[in-house]
Amino acid sequence: MTGTYLGMPAFPRAAAAATQDTRLRANLTRATGTIRAKRAQAIAELDDWTQLRAAGAAIKDRTLRHLDHYLEQLEAAVTRAGGVVHWAADATEANRIVADLIKATGESEVVKVKSMATQEIGLNEALAAEGITAYETDLAELIVQLGDDLPSHILVPAIHKNRAEIRDIFSESMSQWGRPAPEPLTDDPAELAEAARLHLREKFLRAKVAVSGGNFMVAETGTVVVVESEGNGRMCLTLPQTLISVVGIEKVVPTWRDLEVFLQTLPRSSTAERMNPYTSMWSGTTEGDGPREFHLVLLDNGRTATLTDEVGRQALRCIRCSACLNVCPVYERAGGHAYGSPYPGPIGAILTPQLRGTSTELDASLPYASSLCGACYEVCPVAIDIPEVLVHLRERVAEQGGAGHRLEKAAIRAAGWVLDHPAVLAAAERTASRTRRLHPRRLPGPGSGAWSESRDLPRIPAAPFRDWWRANRTTKERP
Amino acid sequence: MSSRDMVLGRIRRALSDVPRQEGPEDVPVARNYRAAHTAHDPGELLDLLQDHLTEYRATVHRCHRAAVPGTVAAVLARRGARTVVVPQGLPEEWLSQAVIEQLTDTPPLSPRACDAADSVVTGCALAIAETGTIVLDGGPGQGRRALSLIPDHHLCVVRAPQQVVASVPAAVARLSPNRPLTWISGPSATSDIELERVEGVHGPRILDVVLVHP
Ligand code: SF4
Repeated sequence: MTGTYLGMPAFPRAAAAATQDTRLRANLTRATGTIRAKRAQAIAELDDWTQLRAAGAAIKDRTLRHLDHYLEQLEAAVTRAGGVVHWAADATEANRIVADLIKATGESEVVKVKSMATQEIGLNEALAAEGITAYETDLAELIVQLGDDLPSHILVPAIHKNRAEIRDIFSESMSQWGRPAPEPLTDDPAELAEAARLHLREKFLRAKVAVSGGNFMVAETGTVVVVESEGNGRMCLTLPQTLISVVGIEKVVPTWRDLEVFLQTLPRSSTAERMNPYTSMWSGTTEGDGPREFHLVLLDNGRTATLTDEVGRQALRCIRCSACLNVCPVYERAGGHAYGSPYPGPIGAILTPQLRGTSTELDASLPYASSLCGACYEVCPVAIDIPEVLVHLRERVAEQGGAGHRLEKAAIRAAGWVLDHPAVLAAAERTASRTRRLHPRRLPGPGSGAWSESRDLPRIPAAPFRDWWRANRTTKERP
Repeated sequence: MSSRDMVLGRIRRALSDVPRQEGPEDVPVARNYRAAHTAHDPGELLDLLQDHLTEYRATVHRCHRAAVPGTVAAVLARRGARTVVVPQGLPEEWLSQAVIEQLTDTPPLSPRACDAADSVVTGCALAIAETGTIVLDGGPGQGRRALSLIPDHHLCVVRAPQQVVASVPAAVARLSPNRPLTWISGPSATSDIELERVEGVHGPRILDVVLVHP
């Protein structure tokens, strides 16, 4: 995990601090409110959304249940197409591989496309330690990098900054990284985007090495897909001679045809567009077009541990659309940083404790960063039952004994408190205690019969929260 | 043990609950979603494509085949273009009426040469009506990916009805994964500042689409 998130306070304390930051809350409320309404509209256009959602979930389940098969198939296809596949068991190994590949080119700077996986492994810091500068080229990532900050949203990493703050960051810091911001600079978003364009163009035109992530990898064809808006992805994927893509092993899908599902659900669910401005797809290398060398680094880093848990593994279906963040009342109040990892919001609350384990106070507290209202499940385009996994992980934490139990109590209190509404708070405590009572502390004996029964628990409607949610959301979502 | 073997071994252990005899295809995937959300009337598809391109701030020009050279020349003139990048295989008559310096890609133009050019004119592999998307696959008249990326103005010619498909599934079925693909829906954009959409970041800031009907 990246060093930058280490030592962050546990969710309850971080969230408590964040909820007192009124500017942060205002930024978040405005932004998530806007996107919620637009998203509902984009989805209403497709009367087969329910079927697309089910197909997306099924494709991911097929992949996960036979992940070894599909990864071997992918490796063969990428190799056939002229790419080189590397396997990284953990963050340290992935960083080592990327650093060595860059050094082999003789370069000391790289351009980067926004990638959750490289944030997760702390690639930029690892490269810096080896004298390699990584330039973030996504506008929001640039804001975060120039502001010496941390991302707080999957899709809009700088969602916690408003336009005036961004203007200040650009004016103060661009000159330290390259071309300075034009003077004078207003806080008009178009002008800020223009400043980023000018700042980064120099870097794109001279870049020899790029590092990217990937939204999908197709096992049968070896195709990697990057979905983006600004064109910085196209620049990075096309202009340099060497391209290194670091992608989590769960991003593989079996067939080319499977993309027809995700290319409909992902853009509508994330940016609320029929289609995002740019999607790039490539298989290995192409003579006379784009990079001459392509390296694909397949990253485990806790994913196989997540896969082991039959309830928890559904978190690996996630296509990082961020819809669950935008509907989450806890996220809206706590902000992304409280989750202490690159994966904030409901998905972070179930993914991080599985990727990293629950041995630290922060990670153990994450499964409690929710009121179990279920809005995240309703919007998820791959139907991840986030409340089910949350309750399951709470059980795991509670089973850790002393420390786990203490954390659990603190976390329940705080998760209720961030909703900062007395009635809701009371309901949070009621729901939590009700769930606890119904939920067995330990598995009753060997077999799993009783356990599968208890798996249905989270589906018991947490009525007060659903009421609160229904009363507060701007637009009605399809189920 | 190699990391490859280690990761694959971990996966196999993690999946010990999956029955040994279960094959990948045994996990059902219901494809009962729609192949398209619109009727297959060519005229309607063209209107829909135009609407959706326009909604995402591309500028659409419709014309008959014979009028393509005149339309291309007029659009380039309106954008004030003095130099245009011409990918290999672009039909010569498309630029036959444009009074403009043409930059061919043989030998390959440097990124800086592309950056100095005002416009690029390309064809496409297909266009998707439901999403307002054009797809380039590097075929004749489209060039390598850098050519349609670096100049600030991209003019793309779409030949209806044969290059227009209704939906994303129809597009995926027709495209080849063996070619580098670029799906373009409007000019480059960002919503990174307070989720407010701003057109024009790194990709071409102006996208003109010429829809040609026979
Ligand atoms: S969990 Fe679902 S809703 Fe949340 S980011 Fe992942 S795919 Fe999107």
